[in-house]
Amino acid sequence: MSWKKHFTSSIGKKLVMSFTGLFLIAFLIVHVYVNAQIFWFDGGEKFNEAAHFMGSNPIIRITEIGLVVGLLLHIIQGIMLTAANRKKRSTRYAVHKTSETSKWYSRSMGLLGTIVLLFLVVHASQFWIPNRASQFATGEELNLYTMMQETFQQVWVVILYLLGCGSLAFHLAHGFYSAFQTLGWGTPKYKAILRNAGYAFSILVPLLFALMPIAFYMGWLP
Amino acid sequence: MEHYNMNLTLKVWRQKNNKAQGKFETFQVKDISSEMSFLEMFDVLNEQLVADNKEPIAFDHDCREGICGMCSMHINGRAHGPWHQTTTCQLHMREYKDGDTIVVEPWRADAFPVIKDLVVDRTAFDRIIESGGYISVNTGNAQDANCLPIEKQQADLSFAAAACIGCGACVAACPNASAMLFVSAKASHLALLPQGRPEAKIRATNMIAQMDKEGFGSCTNIGACEAECPKGISLDNIARMNREYIAATFSGSNE
Amino acid sequence: MPINSKIPQGELSKKWTTYKSTCKLVNPANKRQLEVIVIGTGLAGASAAASLGELGYKVKTFCFQDSPRRAHSIAAQGGINAAKNYQNDGDSTYRLFYDTVKGGDYRAREANVYRLAEVSANIIDQCVAQGVPFAREYGGLLSNRSFGGTQVQRTFYAAGQTGQQLLIGAYQALERQVALGNVKQYSRHEMLDVVIIDGKCRGVIVRNLVTGELERHFGHAVLLCSGGYGNVFYLSTNAMGSNVTAAWKAHKKGAFFGNPCYTQIHPTCIPVSGDHQSKLTLMSESLRNDGRIWVPKKQNDTRKATDIPEEERDYYLERRYPAFGNLVPRDVASRAAKERCDAGYGVGSSKQAVFLDFASAIERYGKVEANKQQMSNPSREQIIAMGKEVVKEKYGNLFDMYAKITGENPYEVPMRIYPAVHYTMGGLWVDYELQTSVPGLYALGEANFSDHGANRLGASALMQGLADGYFVIPYTLGNNLADDIRTKAIPTDHPAFEEAEKAVRERIEKLMSIKGTESVESFHKRLGKIMWDKCGMARNAQGLKEAAEEIKALRKEFWNNVRIPGDINEFNPELDKANRVADFMELGELMCIDALHRSESCGGHFREEHQTEDGEALRHDEEFLYVAAWEYKGESNFELHKESLDYEVVHPTQRSYK
Repeated sequence: MSWKKHFTSSIGKKLVMSFTGLFLIAFLIVHVYVNAQIFWFDGGEKFNEAAHFMGSNPIIRITEIGLVVGLLLHIIQGIMLTAANRKKRSTRYAVHKTSETSKWYSRSMGLLGTIVLLFLVVHASQFWIPNRASQFATGEELNLYTMMQETFQQVWVVILYLLGCGSLAFHLAHGFYSAFQTLGWGTPKYKAILRNAGYAFSILVPLLFALMPIAFYMGWLP
Repeated sequence: MEHYNMNLTLKVWRQKNNKAQGKFETFQVKDISSEMSFLEMFDVLNEQLVADNKEPIAFDHDCREGICGMCSMHINGRAHGPWHQTTTCQLHMREYKDGDTIVVEPWRADAFPVIKDLVVDRTAFDRIIESGGYISVNTGNAQDANCLPIEKQQADLSFAAAACIGCGACVAACPNASAMLFVSAKASHLALLPQGRPEAKIRATNMIAQMDKEGFGSCTNIGACEAECPKGISLDNIARMNREYIAATFSGSNE
Repeated sequence: MPINSKIPQGELSKKWTTYKSTCKLVNPANKRQLEVIVIGTGLAGASAAASLGELGYKVKTFCFQDSPRRAHSIAAQGGINAAKNYQNDGDSTYRLFYDTVKGGDYRAREANVYRLAEVSANIIDQCVAQGVPFAREYGGLLSNRSFGGTQVQRTFYAAGQTGQQLLIGAYQALERQVALGNVKQYSRHEMLDVVIIDGKCRGVIVRNLVTGELERHFGHAVLLCSGGYGNVFYLSTNAMGSNVTAAWKAHKKGAFFGNPCYTQIHPTCIPVSGDHQSKLTLMSESLRNDGRIWVPKKQNDTRKATDIPEEERDYYLERRYPAFGNLVPRDVASRAAKERCDAGYGVGSSKQAVFLDFASAIERYGKVEANKQQMSNPSREQIIAMGKEVVKEKYGNLFDMYAKITGENPYEVPMRIYPAVHYTMGGLWVDYELQTSVPGLYALGEANFSDHGANRLGASALMQGLADGYFVIPYTLGNNLADDIRTKAIPTDHPAFEEAEKAVRERIEKLMSIKGTESVESFHKRLGKIMWDKCGMARNAQGLKEAAEEIKALRKEFWNNVRIPGDINEFNPELDKANRVADFMELGELMCIDALHRSESCGGHFREEHQTEDGEALRHDEEFLYVAAWEYKGESNFELHKESLDYEVVHPTQRSYK
């Protein structure tokens, strides 16, 4: 069977979601590590250093293209999967007590993903796009630390970021384990470890992210 | 166990045939004993309908001991009703109390078209088995049964997967109307046995292709299927089939 | 018509081998031209259809369920016998043969039973190769258990779901042939008549249960694998849809019906709870390996089981049958339970039940476990808790099922059980080749009068169904079809097809036109009550005579007053049921006639007039050592043909389990 056939079947599509999802999880780890440098309380010195490395290292820059491609694949495939699955039951149940058999966030990955995506658009247009535009135009990187400081003075931005992080948390609460299940790791031996790791990850990473706007808004950071 | 009688309101899906528009119809049933099974309660209702010169409600049922997989019914929002690991025929009326209202619908999935009332067409499952849910061995080819020792744990796991009764509750419960639990149970049952290994990869690939063709949704690891399965088929089977599928994808042994 | 069982000449143990090596064969090119119709897709039907498809025949299968996998073979719990002697406990083909003949109370055909025992080992090999997940030991080899009425461990099993696993194996083999195009499968189709052309069975009329349309299908041969007729009693352990229609239609077209009165009443079923009861649920016979059966010593004792002290309990099986105790064969255990209940010792609200108690097994296993874990002075609670775990491991699924149905916890209070109709040893008469008295028409599995004589041993039904389908019919059908290779497919507009279809159509129209006041279900219940009361576990001449008359009257009432809602040309389960019940009403009469004519007690057939001083079945070999094969001669008119049973190897003796 051809590669195409294998990756366009229902499991194949899920494999794409799994691979890209895990790639995005890896990105989140790097992203949160870099951004957490603000918590040295050093006025952003270490953070800007790290941001500069991320913005200038050629390997990272190439990976970034991969990231954009992976993200797009994840989004497009996700939308298509959700749409296709919704069509498989054209007459809906009058009563369907799904809450008794599964978690709401597992059933709402499309919705959660959409919220995360909307948040991502705002987020990228606030930081990533201006920074890369400036690099492209002048070759100079912007001072992201001060940009954060300024951006997070507005309460609606902070609320928006909290909403984004919350959605991400629930998206990950299902997505992390689901990625491994799709890859066939959901065996009695690894199941519990992966599930708990997923929960830990889905709490820890979004929490760290969420602390950033809060910390700036509350003026905890210099 | 104390027995009691109850009066109930039933809202049941009525649909003349596959082409017709369906709708809910409401019935009152009286003096239902708590010792009846859910289907016996339907027998009482149907007898009442026949007595009133009305058409009884069509529903699938056969063995009435939880093994043939014929009974279906989505009861108050749950496939096979509220009891854990229980088919509709084994659900008993002591679950309900006087005055309760019960909504009964057929399995809903485009791959399971309604035939009449609560009866749906599940022949898609037969076609999935046809696509590879077997070991290719003709009668008379077999060696002595004990020539092939099988690790007990593997054999037990295989049995647990083979316990699937093909009722379709997994599809009915799944928000995506996916048949992955059914397909993976069969793929696992056979892949876990040495006899089934030679065809494990091609089996997974072909059965998935057929499942897609039949119009079932794809699995998004929600887990409602496992929660509703009357035979307790585990999601581990889905993971196992995924492994077979991945192996097939990258090994190229099915070219 | 003289009866010819076509048993091959020669020594018993060589007959089948000789037959196989001398029977006629059909070459592959010719097989592709030969069409075979299989009615029913249980163990016998699915295995036959798959095997014949593999050989290259053009096969069509029909089942009334929505998938072949639903056939009632699926509900068999306990296991399947095979003379493998894996346990080194002295089993052999001969012993399996002997136990089956003895268990059947010397009313089975020796040659058939020997063949059954011979191929039993191949069945296990075949099933394992197909991927049937039988229970295994830690060494990876197959596990065995013992079953009632035998002294060796020869039963292979897959937890409490052996029938399911074997059927799924056969079903998968069948689906494989469907995929390869060798078999065409029709589900939700019910056979309503056979078509006879020039004295040979050449096809069937079936009804598509979804659309109501009648269809004609040609076959060079027709195989009836449609199961037993226990539902004539209304309440039985059979599935709701199990019926006699296919076999009965064949009977009316000339196939003899063998030993219709031989029915098996299984001793361990969950008792009836009320008038609403639609079916009875079996609790595997394996429970009798550890459970002890008892009733109170006092009549009409209303105390709870746990309040009745040990000395006031009557373990009546252990008392009456010290050698086999709770493990006596099914017919013996059933009758003993009935005897106690009739004498006023029954328990539960209906007083039609006895206790099956696991308390002593729990304690025994608990002590063993405590020993294993080297506990010194374990408390009683500890012992009981550990014992319950062991019992749960062995019978957990059965205990759960009991709890779901009754709402009682069998780990705390004894189960209540009562005998229920379970299996019918009688069926269409067939010769050694499984061919009925109509050439070209075959009967396999429970549908034939089979190899079980007057009583079937546990774990033998699955064995017979698969033996017939996998290993017998592929040879015997070929032997007969070899003469048919020049017969071209007969077009289904042949007058015989038209006539048969017309008769079926007229009957359906007649049923629908009655428009009476009583439901089919109600008639079925009334028939069941007559059968159970007068042709059930114990029968007598007067009751049987009455029953035959009552059934005739009921049948008349049915044809005048049945109400079937809905239309002909649609999915109409009430009509399906009416068709079946109408046939049960004719069969019921024949069963009573057969039971009346057999003035002896044997196996499942117990005539009150014929018992020993201590109430055991009393056979009359000099008079009744034959198969009663009944020929249909018109309504209520049956002619008896006798096939004498010549025991060359085994010598009938009075069974004793004391």
